[in-house]
Amino acid sequence: MKFGVVVFPGSNCDRDLVWVTQGLLNQPTRLIWHEESDLSDIDVVVVPGGFSYGDYLRCGAIARFSPVMQATLDHARAGKLVMGICNGFQVLTEAGLLPGALVRNRDLNFICDRVPLRVERTDLMWTQGYQKGQVITVPIAHGEGSYYADADTLNELEDNQQVLFRYCDANGNATPESNPNGSLNNIAGICNRQGNVLGMMPHPERASDQALGCVDGFALFEGLLKARPAIA
Amino acid sequence: MTQKYQAQIYVTLRPSVLDPAGTAVQSGLSHMGYTNVDQVRIGKYVEVTLNADDEDAARQQLDRICDELLANPVIENYRFDLTGS
Repeated sequence: MKFGVVVFPGSNCDRDLVWVTQGLLNQPTRLIWHEESDLSDIDVVVVPGGFSYGDYLRCGAIARFSPVMQATLDHARAGKLVMGICNGFQVLTEAGLLPGALVRNRDLNFICDRVPLRVERTDLMWTQGYQKGQVITVPIAHGEGSYYADADTLNELEDNQQVLFRYCDANGNATPESNPNGSLNNIAGICNRQGNVLGMMPHPERASDQALGCVDGFALFEGLLKARPAIA
Repeated sequence: MTQKYQAQIYVTLRPSVLDPAGTAVQSGLSHMGYTNVDQVRIGKYVEVTLNADDEDAARQQLDRICDELLANPVIENYRFDLTGS
């Protein structure tokens, strides 16, 4: 499984991801500069966190015009795996690969914390390393992470089980109090209808190395190496 | 012969999208004594100067510019005023 980690001017989680996929997972990994457009050697394209192009205008708005994002659109349309973490999630929504948008946090704070997430579905590559309903703890670090979509889109997401991770309390209850940023339906991570594109605000790559004290995010990356589960 | 146009573009959050920054400003105004302020919504203002054959062409291009980049239709609306020089 070869990983490609996109690097925009302003990306800052790219090296952390390489540390996980190459350093811990022992998989071939290369950084993809934003001006590149050939991703034919890559299995999983990862759009990392950071502040792509300074997040000018809106988070992720400028990044989507880069050559590497055009290639990423083709990669996704071919049914191959694409994941966006934090700013990467914002880029994927701006690019139209995922529905909805990420807006200012409810309380206007930049939140840097570790929060519990409930894994909603485990029949996809992204989550097959977890148990359904499992509560994992993963860091978040964002100012614009409040998930928004109109009512129809939200219903569609829920009907098609496209919500993969939800903010919850320690017992797995998705309550208003356990919603750090005001995301609708406590949404922390979603996939597209086909399931090959994942976007999430929490940072699994920051919860993968034992040295950092929490490894709940590592199962996401490990799961990608297993056989693809049969889609239910 | 193209003509120069100036557009004043207003990008606003759709009514269904919460605006916590606007709410914070309203709260600030209330503390200042402006208790009659019901609501504050904060948007963006963009000035664009462009060359176009005529006003229709300018308006069409500005619609595309707004739809494709300046506004995110999922969360924002836009409108613009156009003046020729």
